[in-house]
Amino acid sequence: MTDQSALQKTPLYPAHLEANARMVEFGGWAMPVQYEGVIKEHQAVRERAAVFDVSHMGEFRVKGPGALDFLQYATPNDVSKLKPGRAQYNMLPNDRGGLVDDIYIYCLAPHEYLVVVNASNIGKDFAHLEQLRAGFDVTLSDESGAWALLAVQGPQTEALLQPHTDLDLSHHKKNAVFFAQLFGMPVMMARTGYTGEDGFEVFVEAALAERLWKALLSAGIPPAGLGARDTLRLEAGFPLYGHEFSDDLNPLQSHYGWVFKDKPHFGREALQAAPNTRELVGLRLEKAIAREGAPVLSGERVVGVVTSGTSSPTLKYPIALAYVDRDALHLGLSVEIRGKPHSAERVSVPFYRPPTR
Amino acid sequence: MNTPQNLRYLKSHEWVRVDGNIATVGITDFAQDQLGDVVYVELPQVGRTVSAGESVAVVESVKTASDIYSPASGTVIEVNDDLEGSPERVNESPYEGGWLFKVELGDLHADLLDAAAYEAIAQDS
Repeated sequence: MTDQSALQKTPLYPAHLEANARMVEFGGWAMPVQYEGVIKEHQAVRERAAVFDVSHMGEFRVKGPGALDFLQYATPNDVSKLKPGRAQYNMLPNDRGGLVDDIYIYCLAPHEYLVVVNASNIGKDFAHLEQLRAGFDVTLSDESGAWALLAVQGPQTEALLQPHTDLDLSHHKKNAVFFAQLFGMPVMMARTGYTGEDGFEVFVEAALAERLWKALLSAGIPPAGLGARDTLRLEAGFPLYGHEFSDDLNPLQSHYGWVFKDKPHFGREALQAAPNTRELVGLRLEKAIAREGAPVLSGERVVGVVTSGTSSPTLKYPIALAYVDRDALHLGLSVEIRGKPHSAERVSVPFYRPPTR
Repeated sequence: MNTPQNLRYLKSHEWVRVDGNIATVGITDFAQDQLGDVVYVELPQVGRTVSAGESVAVVESVKTASDIYSPASGTVIEVNDDLEGSPERVNESPYEGGWLFKVELGDLHADLLDAAAYEAIAQDS
C-alpha cells in the first residue's frame, strides 16, 4: 500500500478502512478504489444501487447580484436557463482553446449557485474564477472542506431512499436540486450523477458524513469505489477531466460540443481558433483492452490516441474513447496494444444506455 | 493469503509446479487479489520457446495490465484455453483452474523462492 500520510482524506476515510476498502492515491487524495470488487460494485449500480464517496470533489459558492452575469461570462453553457432548484453541466474554458475544468452548477436561489469541480482542480479552478471575478458584484467562496458528497446511484435509488426522507422524491426529476431531511439529517440532494443511471448526489456537512454513510449502508445500499465509478462513467460515454478533457484539448472535438451555446464567454475566441481536426469517438475491440495512451492506427499510420479504455463489465467486451483524425474516421481502425494492432470498430456513444424504466 | 508449500515462486508473483519435466505456471493468490477482477488473459502460443524470466503472458484486470514472467525456460506445450471465456478463474482458483500455461522444462529460473520467502516478499510489497 502506498504511503497515505501525505494525502488528503475525506471525512469518510476511517469508514473506508473499516469497510476493508483498497485505498489508492487519486488527485492528491486517499480514495477507495474498491471494496468487494470492481465488477460486483459496477453491477450493483446497474442493477440496484450503491453509494460512492465523492467528498474529494470541490464546492464553490457563487453569490450576489452579479452571480448570473459572472457565470455567464466564465462558462459556455447558458446559465440564464438555470432556475432555482435546477442543475446544469458546464465547463470552464481557458484562454488557449482548452478547459480549466468541467463542472456542474446548482442554482440554489436567485443570485446563488453552488459550483462543483473536480478534486484535482480545486485550487486551479478557484484561482481562475477569482481572476475572472473582477468587475462582477459577486462573492466567491471555497466551501470544499465544509461539504461531504455521497453519490447514491442505481435504478432502485429512489425506492431505497424514499422511506428515509421527508419529501416525495418522485417529484424531483433529473437535474433537480432541493433541501431535505434524509435519515433525520439536513442534506441537499440533487438528481444528478456520473454513472448513466438514475440516482441522487447528497451534499451533507462534513461532520455528518459518517453518520449518513452508515445509514445508507444499513439501508442496504453497498459502497462502490473509484474503480466502478470509472467503468460506469465510461460505459455511459461521460468524459473525465485529465483523460478526455484537459488544459490543452479542444472540447469542441468531443461529443460535448452542445455545451457551447451561441453567446459571448471567456475563452470563446481561443476555442474557435484552436485546431479542430480530430473527433472523440467510441471504439469496440474484440478481446485485448485498449488503455489510455494506446495509439489508434489506420494501416500503419497513427491517426489517434486512446483517452480511456476498459473491459465493459456490462457489455463484456473492451470499450474505449479515443481522439481520431477526422480524415481517418471512415477508414478501418485498429489500436496498438503491446506492439500489435487489434482491430477496433467505431461505435456510438454511450456504449451502454440503461433500459427505460 | 494462500501460498501452497509445494509450489515455488518468483518475486514477480508467478508460481510454478513441476511434475516430471512439465512446469505449470500461474499467478499467486496474493497477485490475483491485488489485481482485482481479471477480465482478459493473453497467453503465449503453443510451441513457443521461452526463457526463464521472459515476459510471456499478460493478465489484465479492469484497471491494469500485468506482464507475466516465466519461471522456467523451455517450450510452451499447453495453455489454459478456459481462460478465454472465463478469465475470472484466475481470481477464483489461482492455483488450480486458473493456471496459465505449461512448459516442457529446460531449466528453472535461478531465483525461485519457497512459500515462506515469497510470503515475506509479498507482505512487504
